[in-house]
Amino acid sequence: MNILSLFGKRGESASVAKNRLQILLAHERADDGSDAVLISSLREDILAVVAKRVDIDPDSVRLEMDRSGDVTTLGIDIELPAAKAS
Amino acid sequence: MISSTLYAAKRRSSTALVRDKKLHNLFLLPASQTRDKDALTEEGVASVINELRMYFDWVICDSPAGIERGATLAMRHADEAIIVSNPEVSSVRDCDRIIGLLDAKTKVAEDGGRMPKHLMITRYDTDRAKTGDMLATDDVVDILSVPLIGVVPESKDVLKASNVGLPVTLSDENSPPAKAYMEATRRLLGENIPVTIPEEKKSLFGKLFKGRAA
Ligand SMILES: Nc1ncnc2c1ncn2[C@@H]1O[C@H](COP(=O)(O)OP(=O)(O)OP(=O)(O)O)[C@@H](O)[C@H]1O
Ligand SMILES: [Mg+2]
Repeated sequence: MNILSLFGKRGESASVAKNRLQILLAHERADDGSDAVLISSLREDILAVVAKRVDIDPDSVRLEMDRSGDVTTLGIDIELPAAKAS
Repeated sequence: MISSTLYAAKRRSSTALVRDKKLHNLFLLPASQTRDKDALTEEGVASVINELRMYFDWVICDSPAGIERGATLAMRHADEAIIVSNPEVSSVRDCDRIIGLLDAKTKVAEDGGRMPKHLMITRYDTDRAKTGDMLATDDVVDILSVPLIGVVPESKDVLKASNVGLPVTLSDENSPPAKAYMEATRRLLGENIPVTIPEEKKSLFGKLFKGRAA
């Protein structure tokens, strides 16, 4: 047994990081911007719906599309104002 | 930079500028956190920057984190850009997106020009890069294809400086991060000096100890 394997192989995590980045960025750079347009329209729609009921800061609606690998996910994150003490 | 203070500055000329206590040729336009973040319009930012251009050699717009509206507003009227990245996947990824925006959503780009870009890598740990546990400067430069303007080492001096409310370049100008920032500044000003990674002077004992603990 290689003694180094006791401590994990040298050089592994940085090269994994570089690989991951290359794959990730290849996907993202191939994107022609249509995702960004879709996201911004979705964001406006969602904001309009939520704003009908809750008084929210437009910046508090965040959407993120992730196209890494075979699945595409859409993350929606909405921050509501703190409950008023009254 | 992205604040309603900026907006006020637009209306009342440069009166919102605050002179730095230590550096008398440095002025700050503080970002106040107000509820109405949209008080800042693109035209407002443009006119403030154009006004400041007349009085200052350099107008530095600090961009908020991420790739949201704040960042696009800050970069919009820039003549050149410094992209700051940690040697980490998420940070490099964000930088790649920012580079895309710099080449598409800025005034320079829209006018058919090319935004000059500089890459600054910060919180760098030479030892960890050497043992392969941190992306090396060459990896990051490779991936982003932007020339290096400086490498700032990870250093305890940064927190020490921030504790006493000073930039690290003033709190200890001989510290490795201070040297890195000063060198990067000289490169930005056009000097042609090779990029080095300033390091802590280690005693022999420190070296041995560090070698063992790695
Ligand atoms: N070279 C360094 N060595 C050690 N710590 C550092 C170094 N550079 C920055 N830090 C620490 O990292 C933290 C974030 O730094 P800084 O505020 O410069 O980052 P930022 O990218 O501007 O963050 P934000 O996106 O929140 O504006 C600070 O707490 C600082 O002390
Ligand atoms: Mg910051």
